[in-house]
Amino acid sequence: MIEVRDVTKSFGTQQVLRGVSLDIHRGEAVVIIGRSGGGKSILLKHLIGLLQPDSGTIRVDGEDITTMNERSLLRVRRKYGMLFQMAALFDSLTVEENVGFVLRRQGVESDAEIRRRVAEALEMVELPGIGHKMPSELSGGMRKRVGLARAIVYRPEIVLYDEPTTGLDPIAADNIDRLIRRVWETLHVTSIAVTHDMKSARTISNRILMLHEGRIYSEGPSAEILESTDPVIHRFVNGISTPRNLNE
Amino acid sequence: MPVLIIHQRFRAFTTQLGEIFQLLVESLRSLRQQRPSWKDFLHQLHFVGVKSQSVVITTGAATGMVLCAQTFLQFHKVKMDTATGAVVSIGMSSELGPVLAALMLTGRVGAAMTAELGTMKVTEQIDALRTLAAHPVDTLVVPRFLALLASAPLLTAESVVVGIISSWLVGVHLLGIDSAYYLVNMTRYTDPPDVLTGLIKSVVFGAIIAVVSCYKGLTCQGGAEGVGRATTEAVVAASISILITNFFLTLFLSRLFYS
Repeated sequence: MIEVRDVTKSFGTQQVLRGVSLDIHRGEAVVIIGRSGGGKSILLKHLIGLLQPDSGTIRVDGEDITTMNERSLLRVRRKYGMLFQMAALFDSLTVEENVGFVLRRQGVESDAEIRRRVAEALEMVELPGIGHKMPSELSGGMRKRVGLARAIVYRPEIVLYDEPTTGLDPIAADNIDRLIRRVWETLHVTSIAVTHDMKSARTISNRILMLHEGRIYSEGPSAEILESTDPVIHRFVNGISTPRNLNE
Repeated sequence: MPVLIIHQRFRAFTTQLGEIFQLLVESLRSLRQQRPSWKDFLHQLHFVGVKSQSVVITTGAATGMVLCAQTFLQFHKVKMDTATGAVVSIGMSSELGPVLAALMLTGRVGAAMTAELGTMKVTEQIDALRTLAAHPVDTLVVPRFLALLASAPLLTAESVVVGIISSWLVGVHLLGIDSAYYLVNMTRYTDPPDVLTGLIKSVVFGAIIAVVSCYKGLTCQGGAEGVGRATTEAVVAASISILITNFFLTLFLSRLFYS
């Protein structure tokens, strides 16, 4: 479904991606793990065309999205939903308007139909009846759940999650993980998340890829990666710093 | 070394100029291909048009009164008191009205647009918009662009009218100019091209404010500090563009209407 080949990306003199190649198949639940600042979110943004690589190709259902302009990308992006790290809700719109935004853009004209689908999406993220609230009235966990409702209300084929549990308390984080798992199982979407939260990675994935020093260092079934004895993976998964890390 | 810095700055300037022009072209293309959202347009029209009236009226009134007083003080020396109205009318209609209204709109509306879009950019709301298959130009730029194109000439006309009425009040009731001569000379020497010049300028200035402000907002980087910097840059860039464009428009339109 998504093929990434030899993607490189630099910002100024800093090379973040140094030749990333990976494949993601339809219906998979993939998590990309790696150190903070290692380029995970950058890679995720490449998968949906929010960033263009310096070199390499990214194919979505056979179409190379690296050569497309912004307008052509809009068509491809209809396959995607994305939950941002800070939810990125439109702060001038109510929750209902946020979640229903894309439906209005897609030309769903019946207000009753939009309200029904918004209510259904809010029900799925366990936040019924908050459509009238403004994003500023919501807690961090609620904002993420509304962001998730907005990402799935139009039934995308692929859902991207950028650090879905960052900034949440353990209960709220577990709640988000359960919802992500439920969305994957009930809507049969392809789920791609980036995180450095190992508990979350264990819950929401069936395959893990590790991004290390700008490349995919290792990939495999979740249990295999999380139990790996490879020193780099083992240290990361178990949160063991080395003397070199003390200066970071 | 200074040559290198000048070269780099010149390159950055021309790149930005090219990108602003590209945004203008993309906005016009969007207008041709997509039906703009009426709801967003009316929302912006209210913000730009209705809410800017107090600023524009105050500017017009103050300018008309000062221009009248200054002109009278000079013309009185050569016994041309009754020509004051004509000078105020022509000056307000073709130059001061559109330029000052545009500068006030830059400060009030342009700055707000850049700050709003800049905040959306740094909080990933614009990226969220793109993931929802909405083009930022269609959704954010076009309604603002149209609202400024529609509002700028109306606000300018309002400013000019208020300025002329204020000058009449000052000239006739404070400085003692004969009202009939004041009005007759004003209507005799103010031609339709003077008014048209001001209105054409205001439309161009409206487009400049919209495109420059939206560009600075959409390309904003670096958190709260970045939003502040982008807002300052937008006001400075739009104001300078308006003043420079005004000079060339004056030359071009005067040749067009009076040659």
